[in-house]
Amino acid sequence: MQFLQLLISGVAQGCIYGLIALGFVLIYKGTETVSFAQGELMMLGAFGGLAAMTFLGFPFWAAVISALAAMAAFGVLLERIVVRPILGQPAFSIVMLTIGIGYVTRGLITMLPGIGTETHTLPVPYKDQIWHVGALVLNVEQMAVIGATATLCLLLFAVFRYSKIGIAMQAASQNQLAAYYMGIPVKQLNGLVWGLAAGVAAVAGLLLAPITFVHANMGFIGLKAFPAAVVGGFGSLPGAIVGGLVIGIVESLSGFYLPQGFKDTAAYIVVLLMLMVKPNGLFGERTAKKV
Amino acid sequence: MRFIFKTDYGQDIDLARHGGHVFWYGALLALLLAAPWLFADYWLAQLTFVLIYSIVGLGLMLLAGFTGLFSIGHAAFLGVGAYAEAVFVNMGLPFPVALVLAGALAAAVGVVVGLPALRVKGIYLGIATLSFGFIVEEVLARWESVTRGNTGMHVGAPDLFGFKLDTGASFYFLCLAITIAATLAILNLLRSPTGRAFVAIRDSEISAQSMGIHLARYKTLSFALSAALAGVGGALYAHKLSFISPDQFGILQSIDLLLMVVIGGLGSVHGAFLGAIFLISMPQVIALSKDWLPAAVGQAPGLQAMVYGTVLIAFVLFEPLGLYGRWLKVRTWLQLFPFYRRGMFRRQKSFQKSERVR
Repeated sequence: MQFLQLLISGVAQGCIYGLIALGFVLIYKGTETVSFAQGELMMLGAFGGLAAMTFLGFPFWAAVISALAAMAAFGVLLERIVVRPILGQPAFSIVMLTIGIGYVTRGLITMLPGIGTETHTLPVPYKDQIWHVGALVLNVEQMAVIGATATLCLLLFAVFRYSKIGIAMQAASQNQLAAYYMGIPVKQLNGLVWGLAAGVAAVAGLLLAPITFVHANMGFIGLKAFPAAVVGGFGSLPGAIVGGLVIGIVESLSGFYLPQGFKDTAAYIVVLLMLMVKPNGLFGERTAKKV
Repeated sequence: MRFIFKTDYGQDIDLARHGGHVFWYGALLALLLAAPWLFADYWLAQLTFVLIYSIVGLGLMLLAGFTGLFSIGHAAFLGVGAYAEAVFVNMGLPFPVALVLAGALAAAVGVVVGLPALRVKGIYLGIATLSFGFIVEEVLARWESVTRGNTGMHVGAPDLFGFKLDTGASFYFLCLAITIAATLAILNLLRSPTGRAFVAIRDSEISAQSMGIHLARYKTLSFALSAALAGVGGALYAHKLSFISPDQFGILQSIDLLLMVVIGGLGSVHGAFLGAIFLISMPQVIALSKDWLPAAVGQAPGLQAMVYGTVLIAFVLFEPLGLYGRWLKVRTWLQLFPFYRRGMFRRQKSFQKSERVR
């Protein structure tokens, strides 16, 4: 029973990692760049929800939707203003750029007087509720994380499978030049991908906020989403979620069964093993270089 | 414009190309040697930190700027060096032996990290080194019998052949000597076959391999040398701070180091020094400017992070070659004086190349 309990909390945590990793993978597949600012986008999303709920006094759903919309718009804007000018430069400059974006975002939030340095609770309607299912004690906050992640995954799957825009994104991610020749507006799509990734990050932030509080440094959890993305295979959307679950479960179990200290490093040990054994990840594409 | 008329094969391999080099670097050296008598103790301490970070920066520059392998966990090597030095010195080993051991241990750890680097590249390597950095930080915090965990460790002043280097000036001279030695070693390495192999690997692994360069050996070597320099830097860092704790060697330190080489200018030895100067002087500039800014901005705790981030974004967007690149442009402008054209250094745009489907 205890094992099951640990498993469920691991899955809930893993869903958060998976959602952030989903943002990385979306951006990586869509635009061939790696965003280190994903954790900070998540933090910004949580603060957006907080602002809408407490300062503007929106009802819960209106606050969630407005936070998502604001973050998506922010993502599009970010791509247009800072990321697009350096497309085509070595991948590493974009990594440094997104690290810079993360620093600026974190710094700006911390600079907000009276808000940035405090920790806040997000007043969600399901705060501190508990379900009893048999002998299991289920935390509603964790159930909300799992449910919302599953819904979001179905939604994204449908978008990529059935909508024109989703298929265009897939095409652009396979070969930007060819997609461009086919009349797909690759540049606008890149903007959309950033918007989508920022939106997903905002969802992760809003889901995580009731569990851990809202504060300026919550973005550091994004660093654990990298292992999730690698374990799943960096270029695979379902892989990101599965990788997140693997990391979350391993972390939760090792926190209980292994000596202290393993909980914080479990994710990194798993990813190092993965890189040694199977560098392409669980769902990664096989690549071979032609000369 | 200066044209060098070569009359001797030796001129091809001279470190100083012409009289200007000899004069200016000589002047710099004289200034550095006179520094303890010119500057107040506080500024001398900052200068010592610049030298220490330059040593670490040289190592990271060799790895990232010249071999093209990016490490987002370089603070781990710094930490290994610092802790090794602290443990060995506290055990009673003489300082030079401890320093060499600290560098060697860091190099050994670097080889271990370099091994996965042979299989993975690009962003995967970044994540592998990032993960490694976290693991080392955790080990330093948990291995309490050796590192005393989160309570930290005290390190005494180094003892060099019976001379106790406990004043700011004497320790400064030690750092200066090691920095000069490291710089000369790196400069000489870079024009040797090994250094050229590193650059070839950076520019194209496949063509390097076709030219008969053993990728595995050179990549591991680059990791080892880079880690050794970081370890030596870490050892000096431990002596300078005289107190070390695991959180000094975390991800933020790693990113600071990376920021240093990127802002200094990837692919130039000058860049490591310019970056170190930037990294040390920036907090001072921010602290000085706090008096001029309105209190809401000046006293805010996030100011430094925001300034760092903005500067980093600005450099990536407008000056990818960093401070050294900017200096090159200024120098070219001066040399060509009325004839400098805009666009002489224009970056080539290319379509985004996929790393996945090759």
